[in-house]
Amino acid sequence: MNDEKHERSAASMRAAEVAVAAFLFLLGALAIWDSVRIGYVWAEDGPQAGYFTFYVGLFICISTGIIIFRALADRAMAARVYVTRGALQQVMQMFVPAVVYVVLISLIGIYVASTLFIGYFMRRLGRYPWVTTIGVAVATSVFVFVLFEVWFSVPLPKGPLEAWLGLD
Amino acid sequence: MEEISSLMHGFGVALTLFNLGLMFVGIVLGVIIGVLPGLGGANGVAILLPLTFTMPPTSAIIMLSCIYWGALFGGAITSILFNIPGEPWSVATTFDGFPLAQKGRAGAALTAAFTSSFVGALVAVIMITFLSPVIANFALEFGPPEFFAVYLLTFCAFVGMSKGQALKTIASMMVGFGLAAVGIDTVTGQVRLTFGFTSLLQGFDFLIAVIGLFGIGEILLTLEEGLAFKGKSAKLNVKVVLETWRELPRYWLTSLRSSVVGCFMGIVPGGATPASFMSYGVAKRFSKDGERFGTGQVEGVVAPETAAHAAGTSALLPMLTLGVPGSPTAAVLLGGLLIWGLQPGPLLFQEQKEFVWGLIASMYLGNIAGLVVVLTCVPLFAAILRVPFSIIAPIIIVVCAIGAYTVHNNMLDVYMMMVFGAAGYLMRKLNYPLAPLVLALVLGDAAESSFRQAMLISAGDVSVFFSNWLVGGMTGLALLLLFWPTITVLLKRLRGG
Repeated sequence: MNDEKHERSAASMRAAEVAVAAFLFLLGALAIWDSVRIGYVWAEDGPQAGYFTFYVGLFICISTGIIIFRALADRAMAARVYVTRGALQQVMQMFVPAVVYVVLISLIGIYVASTLFIGYFMRRLGRYPWVTTIGVAVATSVFVFVLFEVWFSVPLPKGPLEAWLGLD
Repeated sequence: MEEISSLMHGFGVALTLFNLGLMFVGIVLGVIIGVLPGLGGANGVAILLPLTFTMPPTSAIIMLSCIYWGALFGGAITSILFNIPGEPWSVATTFDGFPLAQKGRAGAALTAAFTSSFVGALVAVIMITFLSPVIANFALEFGPPEFFAVYLLTFCAFVGMSKGQALKTIASMMVGFGLAAVGIDTVTGQVRLTFGFTSLLQGFDFLIAVIGLFGIGEILLTLEEGLAFKGKSAKLNVKVVLETWRELPRYWLTSLRSSVVGCFMGIVPGGATPASFMSYGVAKRFSKDGERFGTGQVEGVVAPETAAHAAGTSALLPMLTLGVPGSPTAAVLLGGLLIWGLQPGPLLFQEQKEFVWGLIASMYLGNIAGLVVVLTCVPLFAAILRVPFSIIAPIIIVVCAIGAYTVHNNMLDVYMMMVFGAAGYLMRKLNYPLAPLVLALVLGDAAESSFRQAMLISAGDVSVFFSNWLVGGMTGLALLLLFWPTITVLLKRLRGG
């Protein structure tokens, strides 16, 4: 995994700094905009609903504005690596399946989704034999089911399989 | 001594078979959480919080605080055996802990770490016992301006103590305040910052933010660093423990200094992490073996562990007495109290005596239980880290998802958790501190309403925050801390020029 391609930069420190700060700046601007809409000044009965949030938005914009400005002026920062391609690939190998997993929960229930998710991971990244993979994945979900549904009686999202088994 | 009798009464409340059982369950869960990457005190307690909703509040808080003690103990195990700090506050423990393990003295390092953690916690709990009724009594006189000054002090302290990243601390904190404000304004009942999305009406729950930012974000960061854990084996037998205990009294002065540093940093929202570094630095400076620090000195393990545990424990003092938590985990515990309908603050000591003293008594018992559990079960906990990451990582994500879902039985929260997770990863890599964001999210509504009430009383006159020596002193100190980074830069320039 140590070939040069993996060590190459996928994003510079400066690019990341500016991107994150710009996003936060946008959030701050949205807060200011909505505060102005609902009123951010002093009314007869005291401060209006947007009074506090206006300043919160303002402080976000000021602080992130300076961060952006400084980052753009800092040349050395452009040369520093924020994340290498290899590391980004590692992270995406986890993040993308995790997003799919979260979406699957609402479709097929948390138990089946968790079994598939753990199974995918063990098979794909751990390269475990099928028997071990299925064993661990199913055992975890069954354990979670017993712990939550039976012992603590906290219902978790269920899907067609649980309905078919009559566990709903 | 009224405190002693209250405390004895507290022991009566805490010492039931059920509560003792919960204590051990909490400690074991806590150590596991502290050992695993991606799970820590704050998100561990956040995930398990919904499971305690059906318990009596005293039992619930005993279990949750024991999870916290367990996580504090657990961080040391990975630092010493694997050179991987399980928690940020155990980074300083790796400096001398891992070299000791390499020399084959892992047992001594672990015993020293656990025992010092215990000593640090004990000092902090004794301080809580005697100081908290005094502070609570004092705070009974507080009005909205005083409370706002306390909040201001808390948040300005974050800015004052952020090293060179003051702007990012401010940005992160303000995002927290902004997220806290989303939804229905508690004073006027007006809807704000929802931009027409009805699902945003309820606002952002900080538990979801904690699980995402610290849990998912942490896992993604861990992945980057590679997946293999290679560690030293741990053997703890009675002989090693007794030998180390005979050695430890030599470092009494270091323990004392570290406890003081820890207690102070815990009350002031700086938290356990800076406390552990500071105390390591102080010990290195004053010890006669100072120059040998970093090569495997028992004293180098004693200093950071004592301070981290003292700080972690004393962070509960402002949480209980003023309703202002000193650390993210204390903030999560505060959130728990609110959910059980207990309003932390000075009145808690008047109205919920049983609860408060039961909790304080459980801090003594929990730490004794913790010491016993970690000393006897180290090999078991170390074995958890030997489970391959490709099995542990997806299971941790499943646990986080379940934790996020059970807060409100809402799928939207699980999606939000992933968003917070990605944000946590991006922000952590750019050195945005996350603790101010979480505290602002928790305290946002309270801070805002105390500010607006104070403004209503004074009819919009800001000088109300300087109207008497108490509130003026706090506000002044807060402003000093707020501008501290600027002041230090200016001083440097003056000296340099």
